[in-house]
Amino acid sequence: MKRIALASLLLASAAIAQDAPPPLEVNVVGGTNAVTAIAVPVMPTPAAADTAAGPTAALGRQVAEVIAADLRATGLFTPLGPDGIDSYRFADAGSPAYATWRSAGAAQLVTGYVEARGDGRITVGCYLHDVAAGRELTHQGFAVAATDWRRAAHKCADTVYSRLSGESGFLDTRIVYVAESGPKNRRIKRIAIMDSDGSNHRYLTTGSATVTTPRFSPRGDKLVYMTTAGRRPRVMIMDVASGTSRSLVPGLVLTFAPRFSPNGRQVVFSMAAGGNTDLYVVDADGGTPRRLTDTPGADTSPSYSPDGSRIVFESDRSGTQQLYVMNADGSGQKRISFGGGRFASPTWSPRGDLIAFTKIAGQFRIGVMSASGGGERLLTDAWQDEEPSWAPNGQFVMFNRIRQGSSGQTSLYAVNINGGNPRRLPTPQDGSDPSWSPLQR
Amino acid sequence: MRTTLSLTLVAALLATGACARRDRAVTATPPLATQQTAPTTANEEDVGLVELPGSQADLVAKAGSDTIYFGTDKSDVDGPSRTILTAQAKWMMANPAVRASIEGHADERGTREYNMALGERRANAARDYLVAQGVPAARLLVTSWGKEKPVATGADESAWAQNRREVTVVVK
Repeated sequence: MKRIALASLLLASAAIAQDAPPPLEVNVVGGTNAVTAIAVPVMPTPAAADTAAGPTAALGRQVAEVIAADLRATGLFTPLGPDGIDSYRFADAGSPAYATWRSAGAAQLVTGYVEARGDGRITVGCYLHDVAAGRELTHQGFAVAATDWRRAAHKCADTVYSRLSGESGFLDTRIVYVAESGPKNRRIKRIAIMDSDGSNHRYLTTGSATVTTPRFSPRGDKLVYMTTAGRRPRVMIMDVASGTSRSLVPGLVLTFAPRFSPNGRQVVFSMAAGGNTDLYVVDADGGTPRRLTDTPGADTSPSYSPDGSRIVFESDRSGTQQLYVMNADGSGQKRISFGGGRFASPTWSPRGDLIAFTKIAGQFRIGVMSASGGGERLLTDAWQDEEPSWAPNGQFVMFNRIRQGSSGQTSLYAVNINGGNPRRLPTPQDGSDPSWSPLQR
Repeated sequence: MRTTLSLTLVAALLATGACARRDRAVTATPPLATQQTAPTTANEEDVGLVELPGSQADLVAKAGSDTIYFGTDKSDVDGPSRTILTAQAKWMMANPAVRASIEGHADERGTREYNMALGERRANAARDYLVAQGVPAARLLVTSWGKEKPVATGADESAWAQNRREVTVVVK
C-alpha cells in the first residue's frame, strides 16, 4: 500500500494564521435528514501541465468529481458541483469570495488545486471553508503519483468529512468482497477488491473454486478467506499484492469463518469435526492451532475486540444461535444476546463500544448492540441482510442484501449506524461478504 | 500414497475430537496430527477426489437415492433416510474399491458460516449411520458445502426442503 505524503508545508503560505475554530456541530442523528449543501467546484491548476494521468486541468475536474461523490456517499452532505457551478482562480483557493458562494446556496465550500511536481507526482491542495462564517476551517495537501490522483481526492474528502463530523475518515479505504455470477445453483464466486467508491476494481481469484468471507488483515496487505477447493471448506491466507494464497491449517480438516487478530499475528477460525464446530486460533505464519471452545454445538463467526483481549462469536449451544463474548484465551465465555430471535455473524466495532450482528426473526436484519449486551438497535429492514463489516471509523456498517427470488441476486450496502437509508455500492456483478479495509496511509 | 496417509490422519483427528468433547478439555488440540502433512500449498493439499459417474449411478439404482433430507435447522436422520443409508451402506460394502464423500448442505435461510457448521453436522450424522451399518470409517470423508451449492433455486419452503440435504458422492 502506497503512503501519501502530507504536503502541509506547501500550503503554509496560503493558510491564513488563525486560531483553530471549534468543530461545527453536525447533527448526524437521523442521517439523511441532516444534509448540508457543500460546494465542490473544479479545482484550478497553477500551471497547466501534462502528467501520466492526463493534464492537470482535467485532473482538477476529476478530483472535484470524486470528492463530491465521496461526500454524497457519507449521507451527511448534498454536494453542489463540480458540474453546473463556477470555479475560482488558483490564487483564490485559500481565500474565495464567500459572498458569491453564500448566494449560490452553499453552507460549506471545498477549494484546492492540482499542481504537477517535477518528480512525476502531483500535489492536490484541499481547503474547507465555512461559507456563512466566511473563514477557512482546515486545509491539507497531498503529494501522490499522478496515477494515484483518486487517493488524493479520497484523502481530501476524508479531511472534509472528518472536520465537519468529528469522526475519523473512512473514504480512502478499499473493499474486498465476493463477486457472484451465474445461476443460483451453479454460482461462480470470485474474490474482488476495489476502492471504497467502486473504482480500481479487480479480481483476486479465478472462480474455479467457490470462495467466501474474505477479510482484511489490520494493515490491509493480507486476506483470510474460505475456499471449497478439494471439496471441503478450508481457510486460506492471501498476500493481496502478489495474489498468492496458502492454506492456514494443513491437512484434511474442515476450517472456515476466519478473522485476523488486531495485531495481525493470529487468525481465529472455526473447525468442524464429529458434528461439532469449535473455535481455534493459529499464528498467521502457521503452526499448531490452539483450541478456544469445546462446548457441543456450532461455535462460529468469531471477531476480536479492537484491543485483542476478547472475542465475540455465535453459538447454538443454548439451542438457537446467540452471541457470546469470551477472553481471547477462551476463558470467561458469557452470553450477551437475549430476547426474541436468533443472533448471528457478530463483528466488533473498531471503536470497541458496539457489536454489529445479523438478527434472524423471520427477516434477516443488521443491528448493533453494546459490547456488553443490551442497547439493541436494528439498522436495516429487508428480506435477508447479512455479513456485517465495519468501516474503520466505526460509523458505518457494510453488509450484503439478498433479494428473495430464484436469481439469488445479492448486493453490497452500507448504512450509517446512527440511522438513515442503506446506500448501495455499485459492483460490476452481484456482491456478497464485504470486508472494509483499514484507512490507508 | 499421500491420500491414504491423509485419510488415516483424518480418522485419528475425528477420534481425538470426540474424546476431547467428552472430556470437555479446552486444551485438547485435535489438529495436531495434521501438522505432519508437510506441504502447505493449495495444490499439494488437494485430495484429488475424482467423481465416478458410473458408480454414482449404480449407487442411486441400488440404494434408491444418493440423497437424504433434513428439517429446518435439524440434523437427525429420520426413518426414510435410514432406509436409504442402510442400502447405501450395503452398496459401499459390496464395492470395496471406492470411497464416499459425505457432503452436507443447508438452505439459504441461514447465515453463511453457521450453515457450514450445520452442513457438517448433517454429513456427520449420515456418516455415523453408515459406519454403524458396517462401512469402514476410513472410506468416508465428511465435508460441508453450507448454503453454497443449492439444487433448487426457488426462494420458498419447497425449494429449501430440497436443499437441506446430505449427498453421498462416490469417489476414488
